Formats: sequence, C-alpha cells, structure tokens
Amino acid sequence: MTTDNSAPVSGSIMVVGGGISGLTTALEAAEVGYEVFLVEKEASLGGRVSQLKHYFPKLCPPTCGLEINYRRLKDNKNITVLTMSEVASVEGKPGDYTVTIKTAPRYVNENCTACGECAKVCETEISNDFNFGMDRRKAAYLPHNMAFPQRYVMDPAMGTDDRDKVQKACKYDAVDFDMEEKTIDLKVGAIVWSTGWQPYDATKIDNLGFGRYQNIVTNMMLERMASLNGPTEGKILRPSDDKAPATIAFAQCAGSRDENHLSYCSYVCCMASLKHATYLREQYPDAKIYIYYIDLRTPGLKYEKFYANLKADENIFFVKGKVAEVSEEAGSGNINLVAEDTITGEKVRQTVDLLVLATGMQPTCAIDKPNADLQYNEEGFIVNDFSKGGMFAAGCANKPADVVTSNQNATGMALKAIQTLVRR
Amino acid sequence: MDKKYGVYICTGCGIGDTLDMEALVDVPDEEGVNCTTHPFLCSKEGVALIQKDVDDGKVNAMVIGACSKRVNFDVFKFDNCIVERANLREGVVWPHSREKYPALTEDQKDDEEHFDPIQMKAEDYIKMGMISVEKVTLPEPYKLESFSKKILVLGGGVTGMAAALDAAKTGYEVTIVEKTDALGGYAGKLRSQMPVAEPFEALQTPVVDAMIQEVESFSNITVKTNTIVARIAGQPGEFTVTFKTPGEKIAFDVPFPLPEEMLVDETGKELDAETAHAKYLEYNEGREDILQLDPNGELYGAVVLAAGWRPSVLEGEEFAHLGVDLADVVSNDEFEMIAAKGKIVKPSDGKEAKNVVFIQSPGKDEDDADFEYCGSVTSMVALKQAKYVRNDYSDGKAYIIYQHMRTPGLQEYFYKSMQQDDGVFMTKGAVTEVVAQGDALAVTATDTLLGDNIAIKADMVVVAGGMVPATKDDPIINLAYRQGPGFRDNDIFGQYADSNYICFPYETQRTGVYAAGTIRRAMTIEESIEDATGAALKAIQCIESANRGMAVHPRSGDMTYPDFFFQRCTQCKRCTVECPFGALDDDEKGTPKINPTRCRRCGTCMGACPERIITFADYTIDSIGSQVKAIGVPSEDDYDEPPFRFLALVCENDAFPALDMVGMNRMDYSPNVRFIPVRCLGSVNTIWIKDALAQGLDGAILIGCKHGDDYQCHFMKGSELAEVRVKKIGDALASLALEEERVAFEEIAIDEYDKLPGIINAFVEKVEEMGPNPFKGF
Repeated sequence: MTTDNSAPVSGSIMVVGGGISGLTTALEAAEVGYEVFLVEKEASLGGRVSQLKHYFPKLCPPTCGLEINYRRLKDNKNITVLTMSEVASVEGKPGDYTVTIKTAPRYVNENCTACGECAKVCETEISNDFNFGMDRRKAAYLPHNMAFPQRYVMDPAMGTDDRDKVQKACKYDAVDFDMEEKTIDLKVGAIVWSTGWQPYDATKIDNLGFGRYQNIVTNMMLERMASLNGPTEGKILRPSDDKAPATIAFAQCAGSRDENHLSYCSYVCCMASLKHATYLREQYPDAKIYIYYIDLRTPGLKYEKFYANLKADENIFFVKGKVAEVSEEAGSGNINLVAEDTITGEKVRQTVDLLVLATGMQPTCAIDKPNADLQYNEEGFIVNDFSKGGMFAAGCANKPADVVTSNQNATGMALKAIQTLVRR
Repeated sequence: MDKKYGVYICTGCGIGDTLDMEALVDVPDEEGVNCTTHPFLCSKEGVALIQKDVDDGKVNAMVIGACSKRVNFDVFKFDNCIVERANLREGVVWPHSREKYPALTEDQKDDEEHFDPIQMKAEDYIKMGMISVEKVTLPEPYKLESFSKKILVLGGGVTGMAAALDAAKTGYEVTIVEKTDALGGYAGKLRSQMPVAEPFEALQTPVVDAMIQEVESFSNITVKTNTIVARIAGQPGEFTVTFKTPGEKIAFDVPFPLPEEMLVDETGKELDAETAHAKYLEYNEGREDILQLDPNGELYGAVVLAAGWRPSVLEGEEFAHLGVDLADVVSNDEFEMIAAKGKIVKPSDGKEAKNVVFIQSPGKDEDDADFEYCGSVTSMVALKQAKYVRNDYSDGKAYIIYQHMRTPGLQEYFYKSMQQDDGVFMTKGAVTEVVAQGDALAVTATDTLLGDNIAIKADMVVVAGGMVPATKDDPIINLAYRQGPGFRDNDIFGQYADSNYICFPYETQRTGVYAAGTIRRAMTIEESIEDATGAALKAIQCIESANRGMAVHPRSGDMTYPDFFFQRCTQCKRCTVECPFGALDDDEKGTPKINPTRCRRCGTCMGACPERIITFADYTIDSIGSQVKAIGVPSEDDYDEPPFRFLALVCENDAFPALDMVGMNRMDYSPNVRFIPVRCLGSVNTIWIKDALAQGLDGAILIGCKHGDDYQCHFMKGSELAEVRVKKIGDALASLALEEERVAFEEIAIDEYDKLPGIINAFVEKVEEMGPNPFKGF
C-alpha cells in the first residue's frame, strides 16, 4: 500500500553507525515521530551482525530481524540513510549540533538495479573484507546478498580497462567514475553513537600464533565460513588444505580478561564458541570439540539451557584452563597447543586440526575516535553523561554486550535523544 | 474509490530479453487495461511516466511488473494509489533461464505439444496482480473514540521509577502503582550498590533515595502506594484501569478464563457459547465480565510492567547438603538484610561473623549450573557481599566458591579489583557439605583450584539464591482479555515476562504492555534502569502509533485492521482463541469484539475464520483467493501433456526473501509453481488451498518459519497453526479422493535459501508421481 503513514516530524536525531544498535535507535525514534539521519561508513547497513550465521541462543539468522528492520526503514520516510559516510566533525551543543558528514564515492548512482552485469565483466579482484580476506571478490560488487541498500559498489582499485568495461556493461547509466567525495552539514538536536566493535586484532596476541599458522582462525572467521554466503559457502574447512577438521579447539578469552590486551570481559565469546560448537556438530557429527575457558559465562535461564544442551554432547569437552602456547606440527599443518588445566594443575598438550581463537570486541571508537566532545573510559568505550545530554553511546560503543542487551540499550538511547529535543 | 487500472512492465534486468513482451502486454490489453512498458521503469523517467498518469487521473490502481516488492519499495510509491508488484525479475527471469527453457519457435507456439513455462509464469503473475488491485482498497486508519496519552507503570522500584522519570522527562503524564506503602522496591533495602562507574572498586550508596526525590519533583508523575491493578480493560490508547488495595475483593477484579477441562460436558463435547459463558460467570462469581467497563476506571494509553522479583527460597532435600536448615546458613537476600541493619552478625547468636563462605552453585551431581533464576547478578552480589565482610572487619575473610564467576563485560573490573584483596578467597569448586561444628560451620568442597578438597571453618554461609520474577506467582497485569489476564506462553521463558526475539527485546505478546527490569531476567540495578528507558520508549511509541491509527512492530505503520462481516459470524470463537495477541474478546454469545489497537495485523484471525468474514483493507480472503483463481491451469484441451500447476503460499518475512535470494543467485526450480507472499502463514485460510485444488491445481505448499520453543515466527504461532490446518485439510482431501500429500507444509529460515529449490522440486516431483489432479478441466 502506498499511503503516507509516517509520523509527523518534530526535530532531528543523528545516529552514527548502521549496525543492529544503530538501526534499532533510528527506527525506534523514527516510529515515535522524529526525523533521523542514519550514517553508515560501509556500503551496506547491518554491521557486525550481518556477518553472523546465527544468533545465540536461538540459533536464528540475523537476516530475519534485519529484513524486518529494512522493511520498517523503507516504509518510514522519517529516516534518511547515508552509506559510505562518516562524521568529520561535530560542532554545537545539546539540542543544536552541526555535523559535517563526508561521503566517499560509491561510483554507482541511484540508477543501479543490482542486475549484476558489471560484476560479470569486471576482471579486477580485491580482498573480500566482509569475509576477513579469506576470499576475493570482484572490484564491482554487491556487499552481500542481503545488502541494504541493494546497490553495487565500484572499488577504486579497479583499473582503467575494467572501468570502461563495467561502464559499457551497465545498461542503466549507473556507473559514474567522476563521483567525488562529498561533504555536507546537517543540523541535528541529538546524536547517538552506535559505532559498534571490531574483533580484537589477533595478530597482537603473539603467543597464540594467529597469522603465523594457517589453521588458527578467529571466531569471526569461523562465523563467515559457517555462513552460506561466506568464502566456503557454509562449509567449515581447514584453511591449509580445505579438509574437514576432526578435532577443533577453542581458546576462550583470546585477548580478553588480559592486562596485556583487553582487560575487560568481551561478554559474547563464551556463548559464541558454544554456538560455533553447534555449527561444527551439524556438519561433523563425530568431530571432537575442546573448549578451553577461564569461566564459562553463560548466565541466566536461556544461556544456561544452551550450555546444558552442549554438555550432554559426549564429544564436546570443557577444560578449565587458558591456552598458553601454540606451534604447528611439521607436515600436517595441525596445531599443537599447550594449556594448563587449572583444576588438575596439569599441563595439557593437545594436537588439533583447527584452533579457533575466541577473540573479543574492541570498541570501534577506541580505534577510530569520533571528532566530537565525548568522554571515554580507559579502554575506549564512550561513557554516557545523561545530565549533560545531547550525545549518547548505544550498544557496543558504550560497553561490551550481546545483541539483546545492545538493542535494549539502543531502544533506550532513542528516548534519551528524544528527551534532548523535547527539552530544547 | 473509483479505481482506474493500469499495468506498467519493466523490460530491464533481463525481463525484456527473456519474455515475449508482446504476448505479456496482451494480458492486460485483453482485459481492456492500459499497459505501458519501459526499458528502465525504476529510473526517474520511468517513475515520472507513472506519476504523470497518476496526476492526469488516468490511473490509481496499478500493477508494476518488474522486480520483487522488496526492491524499489520506496520508488514505486504513489500517494493514494493501490500498487501491486508482479515479481517478474527475482521470481521469473532470474531463476529460470532461456538456456534451460528455450523460447518457442513460431511453429511451436501454435502446436499442442510445446509450451513456454517461463512466459506462462510471467503472464500468471500479471493476471494475479491485476485481480489483486481490483479486490483491495486503500486503508483508512482506525481512530479511537477516547484517547489517553498517560502511561501506567506497575511497580515502584528502581525500574518503575526510571521508566516513569524517562517518560515524564519526555513530557508524558505517568502514574506509578506500588503495592507496598513506599517507593523503592528491593533496591531500597540494600546496604550498598555494586560499583557502576570507573574504576569499579568502591561500593556505592543506593540510587533509590535520589530517585524517589526526583520522582517527587515531577508534577506529571502521580504515585499510588498500597495499590495494585484489579484489572486493565480495553486497548492501547484507551486502557481503562481499575485500582485497588492489595488483598481487597472487588467486582472489577479480573475474571479468569475457564480451565480447559470445564469447557466440555460430561461426554467430552465442547460446550456451546452461552452455556460456557454461564459457567464462566459462575466460576468467577462476584466479578464482572471483562466486557463490563468500570465507569470509575482511569484511562491510560500504555503500560510498563516493572513488578520486579522476589528472592527464591532454597529449602528441602535438594539443598540439604548445603545446610540450608542451619541458622547461620542464609540466602544472599537474608545476608543483605543483615548487612543493611549494621555490621555482619550471625543470626544464631548475634556474634560477629568474620569468616563467611559464599556458595554460588548447588554443587551436586557434577553439574556446574548455578541456582535457578540466577544470572550474572548473583556473582556480582557475592563480590559485593564479600566486600561487606571486609569492610566490617579488618581481619574478616570471605570465601567465594563458584563454578563459573559470571561478571561479563565491564563487570569484570569489579571482579578484578576484588581479586586484589587478600582477604577474599575465590575458587572454583563444588560444595559437598555444610555442617554445624560447635559454634561454627564446616564447609567442604571438591574439585577446587587449590587442590582436590578444601575444608573451611566459617561463621556464616551465604547461598546465592536466584531472583524469581513476579510473573511466576501472579499475572500482575490483570488484563481483562478473553484469553486471560497474563502473558501467554510464559512457561517457555521460565515465567519471566520476556520477549522471544534477540533483535526485538521489547516485542510483547500484549500490545501496549512493555516489561522491564528483573521481571524479564536477573539484572543489576544499573541494567534495570537502562532497560526501563527502553520500555518507556516503547510505551510512548505505542501511544503515538495508536493515536495515528497505525500498527506497532513488526508491521509498524500498517493502517489496516481486521473488519468483520458479523451477519455471517457463527460464534465459533476460533479468531478469539487463535489471535496471538489476545486482540479479540467475544461476548456471551461468542461474537468477537475487536480491539484494533491491540491488533498487530498478522491476519491469524482471517486464516482461522471458517466463515471467511474477516478482511483487511488490502488483504482479504477474496484478494488472495482471486489470485489463486487467476492462475492458469492448462489441461489436455490445451496441450497433449499439459504442465502441472502448483500454488505456494509463503511467509513474506522469511520464505519470500529467501526466494528472492534464490532468484538473485540464479538458482532454478520448477517454473510451474506460483508463489503468493502472505503476511504470516497464520493468515492462510484453507479455502485458498481447497479452491486451488478444486480448480485443478495439482498441489499446494505452505512455506513458513520455524516453530517450537525457539519459534522464529514474529506472530508467535503462525507457522504452527498453518501446519495444523494443513493436516486438517488432508482429511478433507481424502474425502474427495485426493491424496493428502498434494498439500504440504515446510519450514525454512530466511538464510536457508539454498534449500528452497530442493524443497520445491521434491514436492513437485512427489505430486507429479501421483499424476495430475483429477479435477483438472472440470
């Protein structure tokens, strides 16, 4: 139906970051009746959760909720989405901010129908960041099959020959290499920072061998492998030889609860590894799975139940201990690991086909600080100052959290933003 | 609305290359409907062309034959027009290629041997779109007669106060109802609160007093202490609320539905509506029926449920090994109350308790689970209470025996700071025994980090009891709804009033009622306050949406609502019983009364109604049924070996997007299936399937979301109901001598698109083996 059913507009809010938290804040505020600018630095919305196969503990696909959210978004004229855009600066005070937004050229305009003819002719291939570089994609690409907006992107790495080819292949005059970076100023009353998180850089955890040994992967890489639209079309395989792993170990707290890296607990990694055990079990009914942990943080009814189901699996072993050393077995590419079983006090030596590092979350704003007057804690999370108002952090920009908690928080921050406008 | 029809077909994205456009345009032409083609319909020029026809008054009801309705949703949007999308791209030319299904030669076109399955599918989709725009109307929003923007908050603890403050600060009037004689709730009884800010070391003064003061400073917050709700009647935007003092018995106490066993007579036969109602009144003697509105009730727009929790009681054989019957073995709640009074002393003799053991898990049966209704809060509470011991006695010692220290996220900082205190000993372990030993207690544990077994002599033992949600004991919200006073299906959440959705933590089974805080799961004060803000937003949003006549999540903005043709109602009550949101109340005769602002527009009632009297403006039995009838069914009169025809009714949120992805990935499947997206499989009325088979379609398949305890259906039971209905159709088919396998139900998640072609083809092949529908051609 095409009836105008948007709420009346009464003040603007900017949401920075179009992941699940940002989408939530933007939609919840817009559905009360406020104008929202949703600013996303990538070419598609969805953020971190769009890389996940399933959510724990329900094991449901994040795309299901994203689909609903995109439908809400398409149906609501109060929201303006700016992709490939970043906040360059913020001036002003609560109720009256001027935000400068820089938008990188997509080299594809709104004529794009996502027909895919450009990708067919493009020969340049680039590393696929969406899959953590585990495969390559065409330099003319749709970020992924659930991308929103559903529009192609031309990577600047594309050579002149290819540029000509894609331009010719496009029947809709959608490819435009003359596009330039654009800067616009927007006036808003409140800003919600939902800039999310990055997987902690595993190469920094020297003793865990990531980057040195092929068969050590991160939990997010495993997530992509398990996903149908990932580099292996859903098959979890050893990177070195594409073989099915028969023994898999998870090293929990890889970089988290660790003074040398992230001193906090990253909240999601225990449940994430348990979830990954379900992925493995589905593909490999006899695989042996070892989970090395300090504490299994599966609190509350739903998480305890999930954990209890896995405990019933006799080929999943939970070992209290931290993986301390790793090496590669000559020839096989297998990983030798050493951990201390903190209960028995024994050193455990084990050889596995695949080692998964349960790396934690680092706030994106700790790595890439917004150019705005914000307060941070020692590890770079934005601290909310509700008495001052105006700008708020939602989701994992504010603290490590699972999706449910992030969305609760993001819903609440929509109201804090609205309050700023009401008080003006 | 005087409809003026038009059809617009895009020839871009391979549509024009694959299809015989002349033949396709003939479809509307033959019906006398103008058809325009454009090589790039979603371009500015394409859209302008349509807009001009609209502006010129030539068209207001149109079919766009182009991409899927999920794409360019905002582009093909024309004010005051009915727009139907025929999915020619993702649904026809992308999955089915000319390599696989070559175009017919001119000779082949006229013989009785060859047919073009791709073209047939495209023509059917245009026909189906055309009949659909004929059958639907533009929605007009439902407006409530009396309307309130006031928010009712149930519970005067930190969660309730936080919700009230946030709503009040946004300009809304709020009433807090508190069953005790003062605000504050459990947090008001604490000695200290866990640290909430950097460096997460020192305990804090509870926030309660400051919050009470702030609540009192807001003129738009009314506080009613010693009060509970007897009933909440009506619907969002106009809830009529009756208050009472706890324990009081009044006529407007909410009545309860009859238990199932009372709904049948001695022979097991279902009671008729009037007998059942009489029995119900008898069962609820002294209480007014739900439809009797309290003339003295107060009007509210939405409700925040913040009734909190009670400490769980750990007693009996199960916990005997922990010495729970001993005087100096207390729960964490009892310990807190001792601490709040002053220095920590033993309950048995009032002497100083300097050595205290905190037990975090039951420790039997090699099970490492925590006590029931625990969460990470109980780990944090143990740390806090250990600190009480250390603060009260410089030589005090606290021992925490845990299975897993659960201090996720930034809570880890507090745990870390406590690890620095050499008067606090923490170890993993399973407590095997707590016994009295003289004046003291002896605690033994195994499998610890300090060696195999440990024995600790303690003055007191504290057991980490869980936080039992108030909804375990009582519906609290006391809704005057025919389906009953509480939330439905809370048993799958352990009686927490929680949402079943990861993405949508405030999705509620009772529109306009939003739970927050420890009634949803164990939370700290800080977490509860944060949750309260979210619930307050949802309450405000519901009020504003109801005021505009729009649905709330997940069909946000939808202005349609169910309309009943009551003359034909047989009072079977199926709609009232099956509505996932309890939106319908039936009267003493069984006639349903609709409450449009409770409704979430899933159409489950429409699917349930055997008389087919329920419609939505743009979604009716007839609008879908006519599409089914528009599907061409080739018979032996047309071809020597006519192709089979199948109907697929698919959930528009999961199966339909998955099908789009099948198209995007150019995966082929039988082109003989016609797909119709539906709001929810729960809205599928079996008449559509019966009609399909009666007109000669060879089979019908329903594809919906996963159900069970982890259901993915956003209308709770839609796909589950559909499966039940499909089974029932099977019996009906058998009586027509049709194989019941001609109707199938399949579950699929949105990301399982790779499985769809297989599912569709397997169904098609199975039916093909049975042979054509014998009714074909009749």
